[in-house]
Amino acid sequence: MNWEPIILTAKLASVVSVILVIIGVPIAYWISFSKWRWKFLIEAVVALPLVLPPTVLGFYILVAISPNNLIGRLWVELFGATLPFSFSGLVIASVFYSLPFAVQPFASSFETVDRRLIEAAWTLGSSKVKTFFTIIIPLSVSGIITGIVLSFAHTLGEFGVVLMVGGNIPGVTRTVSIDIYDNVQALKYSEAASTAFFLLIVSFLILSIVYAVNRKVWSVWPQRF
Amino acid sequence: MKIIIYCLLLTAYCLLPTANIWADKSEVLIAAASDLQFAMQDLIKVFGGIYPDSRIKVSYGSSGNFFSQIKNGAPFDIFFSADMKYPEKLAEEGYGLKGESPVMYAVGRIVIWVSSKSPVDVGKLKFESLLHPSVKKIAIANPEHAPYGMAAKESLLHEGFFEKVKDKFVMGENISQTAQFVQSGAADIGIIALSLAISPKMIENGRYWEIPSEYHNPLKQGFILLKDSEKNTTAKQFADFVKSAEGVSILKKYGFKAANNE
Repeated sequence: MNWEPIILTAKLASVVSVILVIIGVPIAYWISFSKWRWKFLIEAVVALPLVLPPTVLGFYILVAISPNNLIGRLWVELFGATLPFSFSGLVIASVFYSLPFAVQPFASSFETVDRRLIEAAWTLGSSKVKTFFTIIIPLSVSGIITGIVLSFAHTLGEFGVVLMVGGNIPGVTRTVSIDIYDNVQALKYSEAASTAFFLLIVSFLILSIVYAVNRKVWSVWPQRF
Repeated sequence: MKIIIYCLLLTAYCLLPTANIWADKSEVLIAAASDLQFAMQDLIKVFGGIYPDSRIKVSYGSSGNFFSQIKNGAPFDIFFSADMKYPEKLAEEGYGLKGESPVMYAVGRIVIWVSSKSPVDVGKLKFESLLHPSVKKIAIANPEHAPYGMAAKESLLHEGFFEKVKDKFVMGENISQTAQFVQSGAADIGIIALSLAISPKMIENGRYWEIPSEYHNPLKQGFILLKDSEKNTTAKQFADFVKSAEGVSILKKYGFKAANNE
């Protein structure tokens, strides 16, 4: 089995999960606690990658990050490298692609935190930031882990967006799913089969972790009163 | 909370080695039309025997897709196209290495291929094979961006079969996906590159008939050294190797006729 695409994909998925924690948690917090009238529009935008074909998403991202357009040009001026068909370009595309898989579990776990606990913390003089880190986060651990693991797993298995934005470059953008596709075209069925089986096992393990984590948390700390 | 911090640190640690992906410029990255799928592996193996330190990586795909990827900044050093017009356009638009012009290295051929299980006698029926009652699906490469697909379409138009069979087409994204469609039995018959038809895995499982080359525009195969190869001596060495007698003889083994005009 060729390990290069597997290591590359693991790196991509790790980077994307970290970025999604950093930008996903604030978005989820805002979605959970904002009272803005048009909030549902933002929620719809966050959920878009769930229903959009990867080619649509891939096409828009490719156009946006192309050196012929504003974002791509800015990137070239800042870092001296073009974004499409690079690892960084792939990271950007995957962040959009996996956004709902992080934000939705985060937001739903924030929403299940008992409002009375949060308000009690506020009345006791705790700042919003302190309340967030000492009340909301500890009570949402399962949701946060679920979000991280799901976005990791989702990035691991992405294909269409990677093919459009990454373009199958060995060691740079050839992820596991593209490698399997490539092996099938090269009539290397046994290699495709072993990589596919590896991915199947990994995905199963990851999902088992998600369900195990959620179950354990429910039985130890009942969140619903 | 602690678990989350540990996870973050661990993933951040994973991030570190990714930086050297960009820095590594000693290896050659080749974009090759997928008709080279098997010939290229041989070329690289023999080249590796002469230059043991060389490191070459190849992406296979359709020439048209590579053309647009290169224009969008894909970091390839050499582009082997199944259609000379793409390297020529890239050279015109300034994507080529300075002082180098596109090189035509071979002429490709197309064949009608059937699995050995098929009842169709492709050698006798020729184009009529496509109309055989057992044929439900015909695999061709997408003529929009795959040169071999274009050649398949041209030869069908030339012989007046196109209208009769076009409803049975299944289109491969490139010529090796097309070959995979027929080899796996997903399509009953296919028009594929000769270079793929005579590769070991295809020849064991089927038979083919060569479509006369005058039925379509010549499939001029061309390569070009791209701007990215500027500091890369291996890329230049590999380009010279493909043009050498040894390179040409390997290509010939895979059904690529030598390019007689330089």
